[in-house]
Amino acid sequence: MTAEKLLMRNFDRADSHTLEAYRATGGYTAWPKAQALDPAAIVEEIKQSNLRGLGGAGFPTGTKWSFIPKNHAGPVYLVINADEGEPGTFKDRYLLERDPHALIEGMLVAARAIRSARGFVYIRGEYVEPWRRFAAAVREAYDAGYLGRGFDVVVHRGAGAYICGEETGLIASLEGKKGWPKLKPPFPAIKGAFGAPTIVNNVETICHVPHIINRGAAWFAALGTKTQGGTRMYSVSGRVKRPGVYEASVAITLRQLIYDLAGGVTGNGRLKAVVPGGSSAAILRADEIDVTLDVDGLRNAGTMAGSAGVIVMDETVSIPEALMVVARFYAHESCGQCTPCRESTGWIYKMCHRIVEGRGTKDDLDKILDVARRGAGTTICAFYDGAVGPYISYIEKFRSEFEALIPT
Amino acid sequence: MSSHARVPSAAHAGLASPAQVTFSPAQLAEVRRLQGLYPDPRAALLPVLHMAQDTFGYVSLEVEEYVAGLFALSPAHVHEVVTFYTLYFQTPKGRHVVAVCHNLSCHLAGARAIIDHLEARLGVTVGETTDDGRVTLQSVECLCACEHAPMMQVDERYEFDLTPEKVDRILERLR
Repeated sequence: MTAEKLLMRNFDRADSHTLEAYRATGGYTAWPKAQALDPAAIVEEIKQSNLRGLGGAGFPTGTKWSFIPKNHAGPVYLVINADEGEPGTFKDRYLLERDPHALIEGMLVAARAIRSARGFVYIRGEYVEPWRRFAAAVREAYDAGYLGRGFDVVVHRGAGAYICGEETGLIASLEGKKGWPKLKPPFPAIKGAFGAPTIVNNVETICHVPHIINRGAAWFAALGTKTQGGTRMYSVSGRVKRPGVYEASVAITLRQLIYDLAGGVTGNGRLKAVVPGGSSAAILRADEIDVTLDVDGLRNAGTMAGSAGVIVMDETVSIPEALMVVARFYAHESCGQCTPCRESTGWIYKMCHRIVEGRGTKDDLDKILDVARRGAGTTICAFYDGAVGPYISYIEKFRSEFEALIPT
Repeated sequence: MSSHARVPSAAHAGLASPAQVTFSPAQLAEVRRLQGLYPDPRAALLPVLHMAQDTFGYVSLEVEEYVAGLFALSPAHVHEVVTFYTLYFQTPKGRHVVAVCHNLSCHLAGARAIIDHLEARLGVTVGETTDDGRVTLQSVECLCACEHAPMMQVDERYEFDLTPEKVDRILERLR
């Protein structure tokens, strides 16, 4: 279960962020191999590996790359989403700080596959230290001649807005605008950053690419399930003995992650609920944790793998309070573009707040569910659907706890 | 959601007056370098606004107008951008910004008690700046360091695994 580490293999070295350490541990050996491959062969290799996007949506990476129009005459851009912001997630922070050259090498390979000469790395504004580390690695890669010979990397800092983690919002923000998402289609692969075909990939996704080139698609695919290859980094927080980031196969179960890797439950020691994939994932009860953590395993369980941000709650945690905290987040971060999202997130937060304060009414719970369901699927981007996951699941699975707070 | 702010005067926060809103020649060269990194120079707006805030203390309407001029953008466009993001301050901020995460993992680890402690120590409520202009206190959404909850950001630095005693030691350092 604790398979060989790929992404975190160098994390124990104090100098893991340097070019020297990266090269000493086999870094920049995939890039020469990729240079000998035809771009279409790289795309095919990634498709066969069953690598899926690890930022949240879980889309097959090779398939995404194949959407870039063939023989496109103008520029094509590669954009790395390092706008980590999903509550409960912190893996990309580690990768930027501790293995920035893995991202650069992955970008070189990806750029060759999609025939891009320029990449942008969009790092959330609050990540000052990860930004400095990554920018220093980019300078090293230029000095060593990996960058600047057909592929350039621009490091871009965001300015604080969760919605910029949504790929079209990120592109708008990269272009110097407020981060309002756009309707798809057209998808970024057709018309993305600066109007050009663009691939937006998460940091962790791209860090896997050199390993796939070095060791082959079949090897990578075999590490996971039938429909998702490889390992991933699980961010575990909340009421566990050993909160932290753990790399393991996508095929392990939530129970194994909580009890074997993170050391089990603290608080009163008895598990009550788990958020398996960042705050936008529907919550699971203690009796629902025997599920594999791959994209399809969690989808079949009625929730999502998302960003693999796992938040653990023991029996002493108040679920209504937890939902109020989550609802406050969505109310604050709604970009305001679509009416159902802008109005519902604020309204639902107010209802959650008054329930927790003992001022709720009998109708509030059904009203939250009704408002949540009416807005689902009606907005430009997935933000509101992500808010609906917790609204509905927290109330449906822990309804009596909410009812106990409502005066009769 | 709105948060009100008790605004200290620009003078005691040690900030430039609006009349001094001009980049140095070296900074203007940096603006041109940043603009040259993108297919559309306007994409450098966010990085240049970071520079402007570092230089002038906050992004006043005058700063917005000045930056708009550097990009041949309307001040309205720059205002729209500045007001969209949480890291740009439209009013003077303290010499230090203390931003405590109040999202789920930090909530489970006792973020409320950390915020209460900071409010008591600093004599302000969230969103306010101390009278001496030393610290602006904020509570913010997930900073993605949940393994070290409760946590906060102090200026550029993340501070982990907070206790009231640790918070006091951190405050000691802020002048």
